[in-house]
Amino acid sequence: MKRMWLVLACALALLVSASAFAIDPLPFKDAAQRQRFQHLTSQLRCMVCQNESLDASNADLAKDLRHQIFDMMQQGKSDAQIKQYLVARYSDFVLYDPPLKASTLLLWFGPAALVLGGGIVVLVLLRRRAKPAAQIKATAETGDDW
Amino acid sequence: MNARLIPFAVFALIVALFGFGIVWNKYHDPRYVPSPLIGKAAPAFDLPRLEDPAQRVRKTDLLGKPYLINVFASWCFACGEEHPVLMAYSKRFGVPLIGYDYKDQAADAKAWLDEHGNPYHEVLADVSGATAIDFGVYGAPETFLVDGQGVIRYKHIGPLTPDVIARELDPAIKAVQGTAR
Repeated sequence: MKRMWLVLACALALLVSASAFAIDPLPFKDAAQRQRFQHLTSQLRCMVCQNESLDASNADLAKDLRHQIFDMMQQGKSDAQIKQYLVARYSDFVLYDPPLKASTLLLWFGPAALVLGGGIVVLVLLRRRAKPAAQIKATAETGDDW
Repeated sequence: MNARLIPFAVFALIVALFGFGIVWNKYHDPRYVPSPLIGKAAPAFDLPRLEDPAQRVRKTDLLGKPYLINVFASWCFACGEEHPVLMAYSKRFGVPLIGYDYKDQAADAKAWLDEHGNPYHEVLADVSGATAIDFGVYGAPETFLVDGQGVIRYKHIGPLTPDVIARELDPAIKAVQGTAR
């Protein structure tokens, strides 16, 4: 039931997310700061609507966090410090780019390993098939006829 | 190995992979995010009481004995589902259950507790939700177990159910009480 409401809320938020900034304007010093803010918040996940970024989400918490990030920027905090602040509270899950560490090795290198493994299998199969004509008879007898 | 079996083996592998995915997702909520705060000191807080905002409760006031913090709000749908469970269990936990009224109007929260009953030892009010950010709250209801040293020992996101209490919360409380003695 809770999930249904969340899905509904997210769907609603999606409908109006394009106008999130119009609803929730922040007094940026200049265009560069605004761009930095949008770049940073688009890399961060909204924990309430988990498939939305903080930049796009209209969830109440996302709004609070946008204000928090804005305040931290005014205090001269770096992007890394702001990310650290959020990770300490909401775990690595807030980052759309997961950090490279032992628990994320599979995530980072799993796809490449799969491609590599699959490539090796394909290569081995092709080589077998490309054996000289003299050996085709022999392989055919082992059932390798496809 | 008979080469004719390779496509079948690949197919079986893919089926196994998909099957694993289905079973895994049945028992693991992808929305569940383990709190990085478990095992760490609970954030310092200084919040007014819902019943009497002039009185404030600080983290230091609660040190010494373990307690539960239950994040709820009158606007929170799932909190209504959880509420009867809290009413039934709050006295049985063995540790005080402290309500944390999250981003709520005091009048709404009081009316809600009057209507459904008040299972809480006391209720703290976080109207702005600023302290809740330090607790990493992102979806009420959430429940934290804090030990006598002020360290978060367990967190549950979503409504507490008799099943969750029996399987996770009660053992966690026992463990906390065991180390306290």
